[in-house]
Amino acid sequence: MAVTVSLPTVLARHAGGVRNHIVGGGTLAEATNPANAFVAIYVNDEDARFLGSLTTPIRDGDEISVVSAIAGG
Amino acid sequence: MTAGIGTLSQAELVRYSRHVILPEVGLAGQERLKASRVLIVGCGGLGSPVALYLAAAGVGTLGLVDFDTVDASNLQRQILHGTSAVGSSKLDSAEARLLNLNPYTKIERYDTRLSAANGIEIIEGYDVVVDGTDNFATRYLVNDACVLTGVPNAYGSIFRFEGQASVFAAADGPCYRCLFRDPPPAGAVPNCAEGGVLGVLPGLVGTIQATEAIKLLLGIGRPLIGELLLVNALDMEFRRLKIRKDPACPACGTREIKELVEVEEVCEVPGGFAELSVGALADRRKAGRDQFILDVREPHEWAIGRIEGAELIPLGELHGSLDRVPRDRDVAVYCKSGTRSAQAADLLAKSGYTRVYNVSGGILAWSAEIDPTIPRY
Repeated sequence: MAVTVSLPTVLARHAGGVRNHIVGGGTLAEATNPANAFVAIYVNDEDARFLGSLTTPIRDGDEISVVSAIAGG
Repeated sequence: MTAGIGTLSQAELVRYSRHVILPEVGLAGQERLKASRVLIVGCGGLGSPVALYLAAAGVGTLGLVDFDTVDASNLQRQILHGTSAVGSSKLDSAEARLLNLNPYTKIERYDTRLSAANGIEIIEGYDVVVDGTDNFATRYLVNDACVLTGVPNAYGSIFRFEGQASVFAAADGPCYRCLFRDPPPAGAVPNCAEGGVLGVLPGLVGTIQATEAIKLLLGIGRPLIGELLLVNALDMEFRRLKIRKDPACPACGTREIKELVEVEEVCEVPGGFAELSVGALADRRKAGRDQFILDVREPHEWAIGRIEGAELIPLGELHGSLDRVPRDRDVAVYCKSGTRSAQAADLLAKSGYTRVYNVSGGILAWSAEIDPTIPRY
């Protein structure tokens, strides 16, 4: 069981500076650290909040993306 | 917008001929653009390509909101402004450039910071808003004002090599709060001045915003409503993610946000710590006073130059590194110019530190007044 977790640069610094991680785990909560209101977690192209939130089961090969709010202009 | 009230002169027909021959635009579409009103919030990195392309495209009225002056460090990406404009107002610089590009454009100037007090008044009456601001507080204000007035927001934001674009607050579409309910806490997400930004990136994202604005004005194509486009310039990856309209969204779902409220300024500098001039810091060092000097800049800035004896903990890492900051000594915090260090000082004060000093003017002031061997950058 392996899924890819993609982090934006702004959060990768909290994960050893690496953007893409291959992890195991049966649910989103196990595969990611639960986030907050300025971070959205996507499984493939769907927002996890609309898939049953962090208890969402994940499948082999899923791509999890953590999207952080950014404000630069 | 009212289609067809703008009448195009012969010279304008020549100017816009490559549009007019597009079946999706045509004469009626070009006249519609001329009758259209677009508000661009921020004339910086994103606002520059947006304003240039919308003026060139023949959008009749462009509203520009900015209160800043042109700085030499803007020129790497803010292509509205030239070297000769350094020191002058961004609105003066932008207006001159845009009218030179297209004298048929009407410019409406708002030499002010968009706020809870003026947001609705400024935004209503425009057909599309383009959000090119550089801070969370204004982005939430723009979003809420767009939801309240029903004006769609061609959104874009950038950081380092990454960008995001979408269309928020369109009829039946989600808004920014559907995606990110609340702004991040101070220091959690660095801004461009701290994190840097690839100069061409606002060009990539801003032209997407301008494209979306024109599509919305003309009612053509499939705008980025309900989708978030992620741009990664380093890998040249473009990804589209779905954004669903959140029934619990306080802006466009429950509509509990009924008026604009000033979003807490993420970069606010409240009390709980004292300011310290660079002269006073130098005097304290000379006198051998025990103090912990904390540099909260990024490592690449540290490499350019630093105050001797300081310790580096970048602002974004400070929260998780408080064990490295002594509680029983004076803590003098500095950064480049004093803004990030004030955030750090606030974080320390709120974490129970009682002897916190923010070094006013940062290492730039230190370089100017105490140690000229430290390069200014």
